[in-house]
Amino acid sequence: MIEIRNVSKGFRRGDHVVEALRDFNLTIGKHEVIAIIGPSGCGKSTLLNMIAGLYMPSKGRVIYKGAAVTDVNTDVGYMTQKDNLLPWRNVRDNIAFPLELAGVDKAEREARADAVVKQVGLDGFETRFPTELSGGMRKRACLARMMLYGAETALLDEPFAALDAQLKLVMHELLLRLAADSGQTVVFVTHDLMEAVTLADRVIVCTRRPAMIALEQEIPLPRPRDVLNVRFTNEFKELYDALWERLRVEYQEERV
Amino acid sequence: MTASNDQPEIVAAEMSARTGNLVMVLCQTALGIAILFTWQGVSGRLVDNFFISNPIEVGRRLLGWTLDGSIFIHLWATVYATMLGFFIGSVIGAVLGIWLGISSFASRLLNPYLNALNALPKVALAPLFVLWFGLGIESKVALAASLVLFLVFLNTFAGVRQVDQDLIDGARLMRATRLQVVTKVIVPSALSWLFAGLRVSVPYALIGAVLGEMIASNRGLGYLVQYSGAQFDTAGVFAVLIVIALLAMALNFIVDIVQNRMEGWRIVSR
Repeated sequence: MIEIRNVSKGFRRGDHVVEALRDFNLTIGKHEVIAIIGPSGCGKSTLLNMIAGLYMPSKGRVIYKGAAVTDVNTDVGYMTQKDNLLPWRNVRDNIAFPLELAGVDKAEREARADAVVKQVGLDGFETRFPTELSGGMRKRACLARMMLYGAETALLDEPFAALDAQLKLVMHELLLRLAADSGQTVVFVTHDLMEAVTLADRVIVCTRRPAMIALEQEIPLPRPRDVLNVRFTNEFKELYDALWERLRVEYQEERV
Repeated sequence: MTASNDQPEIVAAEMSARTGNLVMVLCQTALGIAILFTWQGVSGRLVDNFFISNPIEVGRRLLGWTLDGSIFIHLWATVYATMLGFFIGSVIGAVLGIWLGISSFASRLLNPYLNALNALPKVALAPLFVLWFGLGIESKVALAASLVLFLVFLNTFAGVRQVDQDLIDGARLMRATRLQVVTKVIVPSALSWLFAGLRVSVPYALIGAVLGEMIASNRGLGYLVQYSGAQFDTAGVFAVLIVIALLAMALNFIVDIVQNRMEGWRIVSR
């Protein structure tokens, strides 16, 4: 579904070029949940931006459903650590925003927005503004918006990094449920290994900048997963330790 | 907050704050009266009446103008020029600000020229406006508008430039057209900046109108202050200054009310 072929990407910083990604190759299948993990600033976000068509690769190609991504990829939903809710719209209008853009009439889009509001557990907060919500509620609203808009692929760039540990688990549960219900492909960028192993079918460990793939690890844990308890199973522990060992090498290199 | 509050200390504290306000108003009034008496006393004794006139004469002049209605013709001329100049200047400034804010080509192309025009003291344009628009109200409107235009333009432009790129990208990923990005993301986001620009430019609209009237006119408060000065009528000059000050205060008051409304509608505050 998504193919990243020999992609390199550099950014000009003054008179030198910072290489974020080098000869990156990755194929992501439909309905797959991929977690990409690596040291901060290694070019993980750049990769998502290229799948979304917000950046163009310096070299190589990003292919989405058989066609090269050359413009903004409107089949994806994008969620970052910063929740991009429009501050002057209330929750309902924010969630219904993509339908408004598509020209759906007011009554229908509000009815549909209210339905997903319930799904993510935000009922009662429809007319609140983003500044009046807690961080977790804003994430729920972002997830709801992505659901409503029916994005085939969800690109998630450390979306829950700012949340506390308990809330993170709740959001993981919600994310997995929503993604399974709507058959989404999920590409999840994180630097939290626990999060990566809990959510993903496959974990990609990146090297430090310029990012290359250091390791790919299938996560054969059964689905649907119990995000609260899966971490205490032996299988989980083995996978986690193996990945941690590799990741530790990357972090150590960085320190030198 | 009603007085039937069950926390007497809070009520007492609030009430004493209110008393404090009342005392301040009384002090302010006393100061005003003291100034008027000093002025009256000094005039003709320590300083020549010709230079500073005196409150009684100024009051008499104001009363006379009010009774024969002549002040209202001038007042209305100034208010009209101020409002029209404010309106035209803000519309052009806002449109220009949004356009240049969106189009980086146009803004880079026009940048040096806009800087030059902005640096130019707008009063220097007055003779040109008189040549173009004549001695009537149009030249005053043009001068007021030229002052307002740049303030609103610069604020709107900055506002559009400040729009969070992530919000724009987000909307584009949700299949927003270019026009939708402008109307549903960029303009609402820049609105608080636009209103800040409008707010600061209200007094400038008045300045523009009054200056225009002083330069070439046959009505308006600016004309009246110029005319009184030319007649060596100090009392007249002071009387017009008081009217202009009251008008400026009234305009600021209206701006404050509008601002509060806007905040109520969540247009300005975030």
